[in-house]
Amino acid sequence: MQLRSRHLLGLEDATAEEITLILDTAETFREIIERPIKKVPTLRGITVLNLFYEPSTRTRISFELAEKRLSADTVSFTPGTSSVKKGESLRDTVQNIEAMKIDMVVVRHSSSGVPYFLTQCTQSNIINAGDGAHEHPTQALLDMFTIRRKYKKLKDLRVVLVGDIKHSRVVRSNIWGLKTMGASVAVCGPSTLLPFEVEKFGVDIFTDLDKAIDGADVVNIMRIQLERQQAGLFPSQREYTNLFGMTRERLQLLNKNYTIMHPGPINRGVEITNEVADGDSSVILEQVTNGQAVRMAVLFLLSGKKEEE
Amino acid sequence: MKTPIYDMLIKGGLVIDPALGFGQEAAIFVKDGKIAAIVKESDVSPKDMASIPVENVVDASGKLVVPGLIDMHVHLREPGREDEETIITGCQAAAAGGFTSICCMPNTNPTIDHQETVKFVLSRAEQADAHVYVVGAITKMLKGEELAEIGDLVNAGAVAISDDGNYVQNPEIMRRALEYARMFGIPIISHAEDYFLCANGVMNESYQSTRLGMKGRPGVAEEIAVLRDIKLCGFTGGRLHIAHITTAGAVKAVRQAKADGIDITAEACPHHFTLTDEEIGKEFNTNLRVNPPIRTQKDVEAVIEGLIDGTIDCIASDHAPHADEEKDVEFDQAPSGMIGLETTLGLVKIALIDKGYLSWADAVRKMTYNPARILGLPAGTLEVGTAADITVIDPEKKWTVKKENFRSKSKNSPFIGWKLSGKIDITILGGRIVYRNK
Ligand SMILES: [Zn+2]
Ligand SMILES: [Zn+2]
Repeated sequence: MQLRSRHLLGLEDATAEEITLILDTAETFREIIERPIKKVPTLRGITVLNLFYEPSTRTRISFELAEKRLSADTVSFTPGTSSVKKGESLRDTVQNIEAMKIDMVVVRHSSSGVPYFLTQCTQSNIINAGDGAHEHPTQALLDMFTIRRKYKKLKDLRVVLVGDIKHSRVVRSNIWGLKTMGASVAVCGPSTLLPFEVEKFGVDIFTDLDKAIDGADVVNIMRIQLERQQAGLFPSQREYTNLFGMTRERLQLLNKNYTIMHPGPINRGVEITNEVADGDSSVILEQVTNGQAVRMAVLFLLSGKKEEE
Repeated sequence: MKTPIYDMLIKGGLVIDPALGFGQEAAIFVKDGKIAAIVKESDVSPKDMASIPVENVVDASGKLVVPGLIDMHVHLREPGREDEETIITGCQAAAAGGFTSICCMPNTNPTIDHQETVKFVLSRAEQADAHVYVVGAITKMLKGEELAEIGDLVNAGAVAISDDGNYVQNPEIMRRALEYARMFGIPIISHAEDYFLCANGVMNESYQSTRLGMKGRPGVAEEIAVLRDIKLCGFTGGRLHIAHITTAGAVKAVRQAKADGIDITAEACPHHFTLTDEEIGKEFNTNLRVNPPIRTQKDVEAVIEGLIDGTIDCIASDHAPHADEEKDVEFDQAPSGMIGLETTLGLVKIALIDKGYLSWADAVRKMTYNPARILGLPAGTLEVGTAADITVIDPEKKWTVKKENFRSKSKNSPFIGWKLSGKIDITILGGRIVYRNK
């Protein structure tokens, strides 16, 4: 079994078999990063470019560490936020770097579709590390990996995604991945942060958090960008917290063996209280650790290398 | 009696002229750049033909002969962006698309908001392969703040006014424009899209924008803008033309306004009745980024319905050339617009005529007589005495859109690779052959 594509652009078209393969492979790497020497020679000779047009410390570090632990050579390039305004075009940037013989590109960009664009102008394997408000497949994979480790399954679990559904790439990848794996998915947020015709995703939709999480297994809380308040999408942080903040009282509504997730960075006290973020059922730090294993698995599977050992 | 001496003969073709109500085989004689006679094939005598040079005898057997097509919505980019299109190259593209008259929009640099720019464009167009009519600005610099010198623009030759690219957001300015333009008998062409509802949007707001995580431009922005302009038009007694209509709601609003007796007309573009926003996610092709955006299947159907029942009077390309390097970027960084002069007829054929929505006569009417009537152009008919602007169409000829075949200086078309049918065979401008399909 192997992946159908040599790129990971998103999860919308991923099959259950492919997702399972990535998660199973990640189990092996999860074990490696618990060892005293957290390094294997798997990607020796492979050069990976981390192309981060948008600042994202945690995803970038997670990828870099994953690459280093697989013994890949890595270069990081952060061209700044505004890519084309009177500067070198994206195509030129990438083709220049590729001329230096790169094998894989991990890309983060504020425009939807950029990973696809790169597949059209380079020979490298492309890994989407987040494009616009479109997809963030490795985040969704690590979320699924974390859930699967705890429940030993994804099928029939009830997962609720809470917060800014409209602008979140994590949400889209999570919805597609989870549904493909047979989970039941609901979204909850202010109606101004639910995108147009979101029901066509085939998810349950809530604007009342208490109803949304009633009987849920997993609550995955999305970050609220404070500029959305300035854009008039909700009246105040205070009101947001009252309506959509995850508090200790609300935990009663969940199923017994519940899980609290957050892709970070957390706005403590806004979308989640300290107690909930740091509680026993919170797997927020576990997600970070698992992120490395999942990214190692993705890099390995896309590199086309055979496991040595 | 003196034997008439003609310069040109187009014979054997099926002549369609919606203005004359004509649809039969006939021969057309041209003399001194004008239509000199239209006669039954059987009445063509060798004597009439004697003086005509061989290369000027066009055998149009099996073809359609129609008045030179008119595209009332074109961007020529000159002055300012001659790297994207010039008046000369734009007119070459027009000729290849069967258009003998085009109207250019004022969003050039400098903008066509004063008579010097109108005169500049007209002088550049003198030797071009199509007649160019100028649409002047409604407001200075298209800013929507102060009326341009509309009287001066009209005196210099402007046939309509528009802030195309921008909606005149301030209703008071639009009201004054409609009132003021009334004096000159010209229509105001509205690019109807509420600015606030569309700010930063890059595609239609729909399930597709939700899927792709892109900022949407909702259809209601167009609907609201059209409804406001209809109200102002009715109130002022002005003349309003809605450019590139795209939504079901806007089509319905125009239909109702017409029923209410408001002096309103509308146009639709081929990309808005052939494409839906589902195309965008396939390859993130920036040539699919247009303003207003391509919409949903339901909207496409409503636009076609509007074309069928006459709510939409004209078909116009909104030919918007952009340099390759400007389009070869991230989708949300690309400028809006696609070229259209050379693909319009083929798209009309496959999407409207072949599907039985419009007859050839209906389609030709929307590309000749109707725009000429709306703008008062001396074109759009084959009446004896008018300029010999004639388009010969090979109606069933299959062809593939190829980038290298475009005459337009820019190649930003999402239709590259499409198989079309209905090809321009010959375009005649004032008795001169300006395009011949090889
Ligand atoms: Zn426009
Ligand atoms: Zn336009």
